[in-house]
Amino acid sequence: MMKSLLPQSQLRRSAAAAAARSSGGGAASGGADGAGSDGGAGGRAPAASTFWFLLHALCCLVSLFLGFRFSRLLFVLLFSTTALYSSTSSSSSSAVLRATTTTTTTTTTTTTTTNTITLSFAATANPPPSTSANYTALDSAASGTSGHTQSHVVVGRHGIRIRPWPHPDPVEVMRAHRIMERVQEEQRRWYGIKEPRQVLVVTPTYSRAFQALHLTGLLHSLRNVPYPLTWIVVEAGGTTNATASLLARSGLTIVHIPFPDRMPHDWADRHATENRMRLHALRVIRERKMDGVIVFADDSNVHSLELFDEVQKVQWMGAVSVGILAHTGTAGQPRLSEEDKQNMPLPVQGPACNSSGQLVGWHTFNSLPFAGKTATVVGEAAPVLPRGLEWAGFVLNSRMLWKEAEGKPDWVKDLDAVGENGEEIENPLTLLNDPSSVEPLGNCGRKVLLWWLRVEARADSKFPQGWVIQPPLEVVVPAKRTPWPETTAVLSSELLDTKQDQEDRRLSRTNRSSRSRSTTKRKGDVQGQEN
Amino acid sequence: MRWVLAIAILAAASFFLGAEAQDARQGHQTERISGSAGDVLEDDPVGRLKVYVYDLPSKYNKKLLKKDPRCLNHMFAAEIFMHRFLLSSAVRTFNPEEADWFYTPVYTTCDLTPSGLPLPFKSPRMMRSAIELIATSWPYWNRSEGADHFFVTPHDFGACFHYQEEKAIGRGILPLLQRATLVQTFGQKNHVCLKDGSITIPPFAPPQKMQAHLIPPDTPRSIFVYFRGLFYDTSNDPEGGYYARGARASVWENFKNNPLFDISTDHPPTYYEDMQRAVFCLCPLGWAPWSPRLVEAVVFGCIPVIIADDIVLPFADAIPWEEIGVFVAEEDVPKLDSILTSIPTDVILRKQRLLANPSMKQAMLFPQPAQQGDAFHQILNGLARKLPHGDNVFLKPGERALNWTAGPVGDLKPW
Repeated sequence: MMKSLLPQSQLRRSAAAAAARSSGGGAASGGADGAGSDGGAGGRAPAASTFWFLLHALCCLVSLFLGFRFSRLLFVLLFSTTALYSSTSSSSSSAVLRATTTTTTTTTTTTTTTNTITLSFAATANPPPSTSANYTALDSAASGTSGHTQSHVVVGRHGIRIRPWPHPDPVEVMRAHRIMERVQEEQRRWYGIKEPRQVLVVTPTYSRAFQALHLTGLLHSLRNVPYPLTWIVVEAGGTTNATASLLARSGLTIVHIPFPDRMPHDWADRHATENRMRLHALRVIRERKMDGVIVFADDSNVHSLELFDEVQKVQWMGAVSVGILAHTGTAGQPRLSEEDKQNMPLPVQGPACNSSGQLVGWHTFNSLPFAGKTATVVGEAAPVLPRGLEWAGFVLNSRMLWKEAEGKPDWVKDLDAVGENGEEIENPLTLLNDPSSVEPLGNCGRKVLLWWLRVEARADSKFPQGWVIQPPLEVVVPAKRTPWPETTAVLSSELLDTKQDQEDRRLSRTNRSSRSRSTTKRKGDVQGQEN
Repeated sequence: MRWVLAIAILAAASFFLGAEAQDARQGHQTERISGSAGDVLEDDPVGRLKVYVYDLPSKYNKKLLKKDPRCLNHMFAAEIFMHRFLLSSAVRTFNPEEADWFYTPVYTTCDLTPSGLPLPFKSPRMMRSAIELIATSWPYWNRSEGADHFFVTPHDFGACFHYQEEKAIGRGILPLLQRATLVQTFGQKNHVCLKDGSITIPPFAPPQKMQAHLIPPDTPRSIFVYFRGLFYDTSNDPEGGYYARGARASVWENFKNNPLFDISTDHPPTYYEDMQRAVFCLCPLGWAPWSPRLVEAVVFGCIPVIIADDIVLPFADAIPWEEIGVFVAEEDVPKLDSILTSIPTDVILRKQRLLANPSMKQAMLFPQPAQQGDAFHQILNGLARKLPHGDNVFLKPGERALNWTAGPVGDLKPW
């Protein structure tokens, strides 16, 4: 008997311990408690032990199929009635009753046993470890709460409220977006730029194959600028209809100024001409007394929108960092030694500041690795490099150019005195007497706000006027007659073959019936021609 | 003569009105906060009260901190910083006879588990031992039985000293603190653990850490509702329904598919930055109704959406929380999106203006060293507003109000 006692009690205790960890904890511990209370019954026949084992198994099965809550409910109703009714105050039972009548809400859970009714209990089973100390908590809770004015907030398990269709309502989503728009508008009003100034964009251009490419890109950037903007386009060789129609489609305020000289084909001369065109634009600004911030946007450059936010801060003259993209244009990269690669500085041109944020110098683009390999003629397949400091990196306050403006600093030269003698105006610093008063913008030059790039086709390359094909194409121009150089001989002959085939097919469809005879005949002809 | 006078009065009136209209049109960025107690956030407590700090042996304060310096960083660190503030404050007096309030520096929450959670099991004994010490060494406790003393008890359920609500309710407030003023973070109406006359304070949030994560204020607020935290506490409440009274789980189940709600259990490194890009920040209850999210929302200008029935918010008599935050009943959580989108835009903008008021942000923080208008000063303001002491504060000779043997047996053991 004694021997049988030990394994029994161990079985019970281990079972109880295991069950306490699993979900069927309530029932099993109740079972263990119940067993413990009449522990002396261990002296009976093994029938008792099997009975408790079977009861334990039954409780496990019940909790497995019906869920922890049901089995715990069973346990509470069966085993805790003694504790409840033996408590001193009647308010304890009323506490339970009150608990059972609180919120019965539907909970849809994803477990296989879907519990549709959830009962809330005040302090029956605490989150594990659940011990028999439950009862004392219940008692003291009851006595504790009975003395206070009852709040409707009940401690214990509550249902999780889910509405029947928990998905967003489109009307509400729109309302939320309108709220956010209004909030952002207020933010801009409080923290953004207080008085936005007009932006005057100066662009030198001329009609060529890549003009549409560059101007379209610039046009879209300028359309997105949130400030009032005037685009001053200076065209070399006089105004053309092509350019005018391109500009007219932009919807911006345009000032289209003709410049008498034609754009030269040499990069060095082209830079000089562009500088003179920009000065011409500045003179126009001065004449018309246009007020605002002058940004030099070359048509092939790419600008970020932050540039236009940043230039609003300029007082008289500011400098921003420009990323220099030296496009190589050849199939092979220039051979750079390892040392060159190591020492290659950042391709950025802009202001250099000391630690206290004052301008101390200028970063310029290092052209040494490209020495001797740069393009001289427009359209040449070689890198095009900037010269010194590019105009694109500078921003002016137009009042600086006016003859009379209040607060105009004395370190600004009068515009009339600049460029009259035909001297080369390399960069806007020549407009100043004292170049050290330039304001560095964009977090003291740390932010690159635009990129400088020169990509052009050959000066004599063909393109349809205004990119409108008039009259419509009738003849396919063979590859041999286009101005750009051929890549390989093999390639061109293949191209030629395919082009001849296409032409033959078209002609044979219209004229002859049998294709094969004509194709072979032509091919023979072509090969004859080739040789 | 009369005509001239009339015209002069009319001119003055119109000028005055014009100036006022100008003011209104300017659209101020911030708005003055006037709570039920008036514009008291900017009051200066110096000169309005005197506090005497008991000199307890270091086993109650310094030794605990030396044993575990993590106590300075968790959200209950207010008790330590309050002690340090009072030691060097202008309201401190070294003459206990002229003191209005008495402060006992005992760090009851400075007993941390290895993972950093405070254990409240020794706290009642610690507090009791401290009170016994001051009752025997100074006469000031006995003459009022603690009614002119205040204690900082920032734990989950205040002076009930337990983290589980049922156990805390079962214990109730420590009987010895029955007459004292409690300065605590917990506040819920008609709750055992909130005594009448307690001062609710915000939980401690590190001010330098929040300042380090500020982003430019013109960054547009593009998140509608933001929340990061647990919805289900699977380790302590595996089936759900206990944690947060099911409110957080309800938020998740109803709004996990809603693009306006940026809610998840992530711990992103950009948590503070994201709050500054949100219009509403949810502050639902957890195991206790209060959370540091309220402080973070106020500091970062995000309108707090408080989902905790009957909660008492910090400095409720000085700060008009209904005008600043949005209160949603736990049973209305499934309709949270409708509630938030139907708030009129000008109400939202006004709430943002109130939140932008620097005195509001300052009142929620415990900066080191203390600054004008911060939470330390608001606590002192609260204490000052309770002065002068009423008639029932000081007991008549021979009168006894406290029961020194009440409470669980375990509490009576010496510490």
